[in-house]
Amino acid sequence: MKNDLLIKICMGTGGLAAGGSEVMDAFKKQLRVKGIKADISKHCSIHRVGCRGLCAKDVLVDIILNNVKTTYQFIKPYMVERIIEEHVINGNPVEEWAVTEDYHQFHNKQIKVVLSDCGNIDPEDIESYLNVGGYDALKQVISTMSPKDTIEIIKKSGLRGRGGAGFPTGVKWEICFKETSSQKYIICNADEGDPGAFMDRSVIEGNPHAVIEGMIIGAYSTGADKGYVYIRAEYPLAVERLKKALNQARQNKFLGKNILGKKFDFDIKIKLGAGAFVCGEETALIASIEGQRGMPRAKPPFPVYKGLWEKPTVINNVETLANVPYIIRNGAEWYSSFGTEKSKGTKVFALTGKIKNSGLIEVPMGIPLREIIYDIGGGIENNMAFKAVQTGGPSGGCIPADLLDIKVDYESLAQVGSIVGSGGMVVLDENDCMVNIAKFFLQFTQSESCGKCIPCRIGTKRLLEILERITCGKGREGDIELLEDLANDVKATSLCGLGQTAPNPILSTIRYFRDEYEAHITKKKCPAGVCKDLLSYVVIAEFCKGCGACKRVCPSSAISGEKKAVHKIDPDLCVKCGACFEACKFKAIGKG
Amino acid sequence: MIDLKINGIPVSVPEGTTVLDAARFADIPIPTLCHHPKLSPYGGCRLCIVEIKGVPRPVTSCTTPVSAGMEVTTTNPNIEKLRRTILELLLSDHPNDCMVCEKAGDCTLQELAYFYGVRENRFAGERRIYTKRDGNPFLERDMEKCILCGKCVRICDEVQGVGAIDIAYRGFTAKVCPPFEKDLNCEFCGQCVSVCPTGALTGKMWGQKGRQKDIKEVDTTCQYCGCGCSLTLHVKRNEVIRVSSRENTINEGWLCPKGRFGYSFINSPERLTKPLIRISPKDKSEVKSQKSEKNSSLVTRHSSLFREASWDEALDLVASKFKKIKGKYGPDSIGGLASARCTNEENYLFQKFMRAAIGTNNVDHCARY
Repeated sequence: MKNDLLIKICMGTGGLAAGGSEVMDAFKKQLRVKGIKADISKHCSIHRVGCRGLCAKDVLVDIILNNVKTTYQFIKPYMVERIIEEHVINGNPVEEWAVTEDYHQFHNKQIKVVLSDCGNIDPEDIESYLNVGGYDALKQVISTMSPKDTIEIIKKSGLRGRGGAGFPTGVKWEICFKETSSQKYIICNADEGDPGAFMDRSVIEGNPHAVIEGMIIGAYSTGADKGYVYIRAEYPLAVERLKKALNQARQNKFLGKNILGKKFDFDIKIKLGAGAFVCGEETALIASIEGQRGMPRAKPPFPVYKGLWEKPTVINNVETLANVPYIIRNGAEWYSSFGTEKSKGTKVFALTGKIKNSGLIEVPMGIPLREIIYDIGGGIENNMAFKAVQTGGPSGGCIPADLLDIKVDYESLAQVGSIVGSGGMVVLDENDCMVNIAKFFLQFTQSESCGKCIPCRIGTKRLLEILERITCGKGREGDIELLEDLANDVKATSLCGLGQTAPNPILSTIRYFRDEYEAHITKKKCPAGVCKDLLSYVVIAEFCKGCGACKRVCPSSAISGEKKAVHKIDPDLCVKCGACFEACKFKAIGKG
Repeated sequence: MIDLKINGIPVSVPEGTTVLDAARFADIPIPTLCHHPKLSPYGGCRLCIVEIKGVPRPVTSCTTPVSAGMEVTTTNPNIEKLRRTILELLLSDHPNDCMVCEKAGDCTLQELAYFYGVRENRFAGERRIYTKRDGNPFLERDMEKCILCGKCVRICDEVQGVGAIDIAYRGFTAKVCPPFEKDLNCEFCGQCVSVCPTGALTGKMWGQKGRQKDIKEVDTTCQYCGCGCSLTLHVKRNEVIRVSSRENTINEGWLCPKGRFGYSFINSPERLTKPLIRISPKDKSEVKSQKSEKNSSLVTRHSSLFREASWDEALDLVASKFKKIKGKYGPDSIGGLASARCTNEENYLFQKFMRAAIGTNNVDHCARY
């Protein structure tokens, strides 16, 4: 038993929500009670680690015994004693609790750059990052490279902005570097607001030092001496870990005056966002840091010429910056070996919706969408039929089943009316109504519009109103054309990216699922059976056994019928709750 | 100078000029609602969109600086369609009660709706409903008519330096209001009113007094202080019903609360229009006799009794009393207090008078107290 024991417990937001802290306490207690801690002392360590992607199986625990790793899933505190007993003491892993094939399948086709250390290192301990080569890139840059060399490497790597727009990062840095100004800034945009997106959050929670290192390298290359991380206050764990990481970086002389003994000063401040989606737009973000209402302004001038306090400012997304240390360490050629001709490297996506393995994934650019959905994601939940995937969040579009073989990169997705965006990927199945999906995203953008420009403020409201009347059966002939017309005008005239992309979910669902819109408007039916106002429940006489189950659960007493006789639903009383549909064992309730 | 072409017409303007200003320089009209030449560019109303050769999407001319060789198109069917959609959207969230609106006839939104012929609205839907609740005597704020052009917010911040209002809330519910939606409690300079393109901000005293088409504009100088701001009195049937100021004046069109709202004295029955000489109580008998003869010249509203007099008589009386006091008690028994409402020249003359004519240095100014 005189062996090395390393326990890693997933304690990202998902892990913590599933009870990560309790599991950690249980391990600590068991190690003490069983005398293992005392026995092997410094050879025994227990670490919290960040998200490794498959949050659906949390709490995930790695037991690394004599360099042999076993991963357990769905761990609860009560299971810890048996794991210690059988696995650690007796050397027999508890097979029934270990991860199954789908865990490996989830990871097989991924290529991890940004996430390579997430889920492996302790995000609250700088030593853990230093042990895997952390800050080596910074040391290399500061001691051997000029800002120009660094920019050249980033340019050569082909890294493009991961926040959604895909502007070449090296070019942005170069413009800022060439600007002459006594003061320059670098801002990390961590105001991740898309519904269903958690890439930036997981990176900061799992490996905050990579972002900080990327920022320092960016500051060195552009000549900035002040940095801001604009992060939403709704990410308390990420903020806490980032604060800890900044303090540790300062203690290790990676931040502050004369970094690593060279004549280079740089420090980073955290600015908490108050939860406005529009503050992810760079000019609104700048206004917010300046203490003004977060409203975008017209570009040009671009922030890289006139940004924060009118000074040249580079704004990069979390994922973009987290890529930088790995590119410097491994070289531009290594990074650009992943991806397509125009979209290099890897991209992190938040895979959610009706998918078996929902979680955080990192894939090379250009991977076919089908591989993401079926190989990594494991296919559709409950074996339903795949209908579409929504990429790019509220600014993106839906990609239907017959386009599943397209490559996932900036250009290909734009061609089919969607975007890579910040990396949200919501999978939809046959039970999703596309009009309703468009309505969902419009509700979001409409309420998150800042109100500055008319097409976004009133236009999104009117688009939403038209969608609302379609989904409640009051759609009029010509509504589809009206939607398209207004959507295109809002796109053309809005001030910032929010309004310019807000109509995308409508346009792409009309493009690929026009028949669903038509069914809502002309037949007053929702083919997916989602829109309540268009639903009606009926008893199918040939299947009804007269058991009364439906009658008992009906909250509005809309069902009548004698025992063993066919029942009837009174449509005037029915509130369309669906309880009868769920309760009937004979599939005798028809929905449509 | 930068050379560019707008609608094919060559235009030459200084560097840093916006496309909008360049077009206006060349007398090419571009509609706007949120632009004001003295305020920072906003780009909110999107009506001033133009197409620039080589730029994929329409840009707002108010925020785009000119560059050499630029080829700008300010109007074509596509641009006009987009502008019309924007107007339709605006009017779909507007009371459209021009018949009773204070601003009718002088409203930019109304004018644009007229030019674009927006009558039917494809986007009719929910409209913002607010209750008016301001208790102040000066500003009427009807936020249902607000189009959120932000001019009031910018003028309050950038010109007046007060920042009493800003935009609150988001999206469709965004609204210009004082902090925490409290009642407006500011200087009441009314600068916001002067720039509002719709009937959202008006003067409370202006209500139902008369629309712009019925009034005669009279340019004059403000009497309230030595600044001498230019005023334009809006006169209807010999009554001042509104005061504004033109942009090309010494005060650039800006006014303070006194200049803008302090005009009710003009038609006040309490206003003195002739010199008055006090009739001392011991002469009460004389009063009575005068009263019977010439009733109208007696002023009896004040604590003492006065009679109207000519300027010569009044000034003669003052001069004789000054002489009398000076002779009896010496010049230093007289002191003079000048007014901030006088001009510099008038105040100079006043001190000269005190020193040279009266012979005392006892002269001071109300602004010191």
